[in-house]
Amino acid sequence: MSTIDLVVTAIDDSVPGVRSLTLAHPDGTTLPSFTPGSHIVVQCGDVANAYSLTSDSVQPTQYDISVLELPDGKGGSRWIHNLTVGDPVSVLPPRSAFAPILRARKHLLVAAGIGVTPMISHLRAAKQWGRDTELLYVHRPGRGAHLDDIAALTDTARIFTNRADFLGVLPDTLAAQPFGAHLYICGPTTFIDDVVAAATAHGWPQSRIHFERFGVGALDPGEPFTVKLANSGTTIAVDSGVSLLEALEAAGHNIPNLCRQGVCGECRLTVSSGEIEHRDMYLTDADKAAGDAIMACVSRAASPELELKL
Amino acid sequence: MTASLVSAPDLIANFPFPFPTDQYRYSTNVEPARGPVPTPTGVWGEHIIDIDSEYEHELALREQILERDPSRYAVLPHMRVAAWDCMLTLMGEMAKAYPDTMSLTRTGDTWHWRNGRLGLSADFVLGDESTLPMEPLAYIGSQVQDDIVLLDQRDGDLFGDAGVVTFAADWSFGFDVGMTFLEIHGPVPRLRETGVITRAREFLMRLQPGEIYRRTNWTLTIGRRLDVSTELYHEWGPDRAMIQTVSDEEFGRLVHLRVELQHLIRLCESGAICFLIRTYMLPFVDLATVPEWRARAAAVLADLPEDMADYKGIISYRDRAVEWLTTH
Repeated sequence: MSTIDLVVTAIDDSVPGVRSLTLAHPDGTTLPSFTPGSHIVVQCGDVANAYSLTSDSVQPTQYDISVLELPDGKGGSRWIHNLTVGDPVSVLPPRSAFAPILRARKHLLVAAGIGVTPMISHLRAAKQWGRDTELLYVHRPGRGAHLDDIAALTDTARIFTNRADFLGVLPDTLAAQPFGAHLYICGPTTFIDDVVAAATAHGWPQSRIHFERFGVGALDPGEPFTVKLANSGTTIAVDSGVSLLEALEAAGHNIPNLCRQGVCGECRLTVSSGEIEHRDMYLTDADKAAGDAIMACVSRAASPELELKL
Repeated sequence: MTASLVSAPDLIANFPFPFPTDQYRYSTNVEPARGPVPTPTGVWGEHIIDIDSEYEHELALREQILERDPSRYAVLPHMRVAAWDCMLTLMGEMAKAYPDTMSLTRTGDTWHWRNGRLGLSADFVLGDESTLPMEPLAYIGSQVQDDIVLLDQRDGDLFGDAGVVTFAADWSFGFDVGMTFLEIHGPVPRLRETGVITRAREFLMRLQPGEIYRRTNWTLTIGRRLDVSTELYHEWGPDRAMIQTVSDEEFGRLVHLRVELQHLIRLCESGAICFLIRTYMLPFVDLATVPEWRARAAAVLADLPEDMADYKGIISYRDRAVEWLTTH
């Protein structure tokens, strides 16, 4: 994948803990268009992080992202928070993994915290194309991001500053949607799990529920397992809290990789036996069901041993 | 080129000769688009949208076909965004390929399109149908020689839910509208058994926004007849018997190698896949002026298994085609 070299052209720190960055070509030329809900992978020093695009999607001249500072993270968000206007930033072209459904009768968008970012481009597209959309957004008091954008883009947003209020209206909202509605969820893992559970309880089929997790930190450390390499017959232990990719690297294997959070698709490996716990956003549902490919950076074994064609 | 050629010189110079080897089988023969491919006569594949000396003639033909048979055009209601997306994307490609005559610029919400070759221009607002002289897919379809099919991706499958197809090679767009990718390809022998078509579908579903791939397909057509759709079988079907009775000279002028250069574009705004089919035709007499093409085409036709030759509708004159190519 070819990187795009951009510069920071504007910074907005008006929301505590959240930095909104505007990136553009140094010469102002048009950037690749993107599908609503898309993200870019930003090279943040030594780590690469995926961030949702919140700006205009059609032949844009700028990419906007909003980044929550995670003081205990791996450093990507801190790197972003240390940028100044004019700094160079390398990104990978937009990837779509959270797109609107053309035939959906309605899009119900449910977001928590910085998880609102992919919903902004959904709202922009909904306004452009007259799509029926409803947004539920829960954030901590004083920490709401993109509130101005939301106000400008939709009249149907309901915004909550505590989770109890949000959980209070969620069941009725889920029950009141028309047939053919699709549900989009973005936020911390526990939030996604809660909303998915509520939707499932209200009879929403899985094919109408779409969610996007953010931050590798949101993933639990996982159970330990061993991995057997089919070519050499060697066995490597993968401890809890250590990724398959890290374990393979520690054993001297050079695995192509980029984002290290299940987004870019670079570290895909072929599995010859064993059960997989898929935790990536790259493989399709069909790929995951086939059970012969694993994204080594985030996914793990669901059985005590996994055998790789490596 | 000599004066005895039937086709205009550019049709030979830019002909996308489709056979890299002496044997043809179905395969998922896709490659990244936009790379020029040099041939003994010139080059093809430089641009996504290719405009040649048949441009005005083929567009007029498309207009007549659509007037006679409106079922060649369809946009299911949910494909409205994809139709706009397709129009804007193809305009951008045309402006890139032909900057002297075509341009697409933007002032605020208004886009300015100029097609100098046809002497037309439009100022339009994305999503506002009233700013165009016709629906966006019809509008762009009236300015490219390609047939267009738009595929919606949902529920882990692809659906042919919109398009403008006037130059179908023995299939019917009107019949296929709304079908899945596998249903559309159902009649083609070997595709399912070999896994070629399911692999192609998986590949398509993974295409990322802005990615463009291409492949070629081919058959033989009698006469320079672009519209060999199922709807008109009664017109062109009898040619397959007729061709066996004509003189050698007539045979070489009538039988055309028909090549489809297909582009697969993941549209950015809608996430739909734009499938372009650009049809090129070269009569055997012109093909035979290039020794490499003559020999290669003869070898491929001679080797083609019965079921594939039957599906392509050439089984009744395949042997004669081989003989013609090897003796002319």
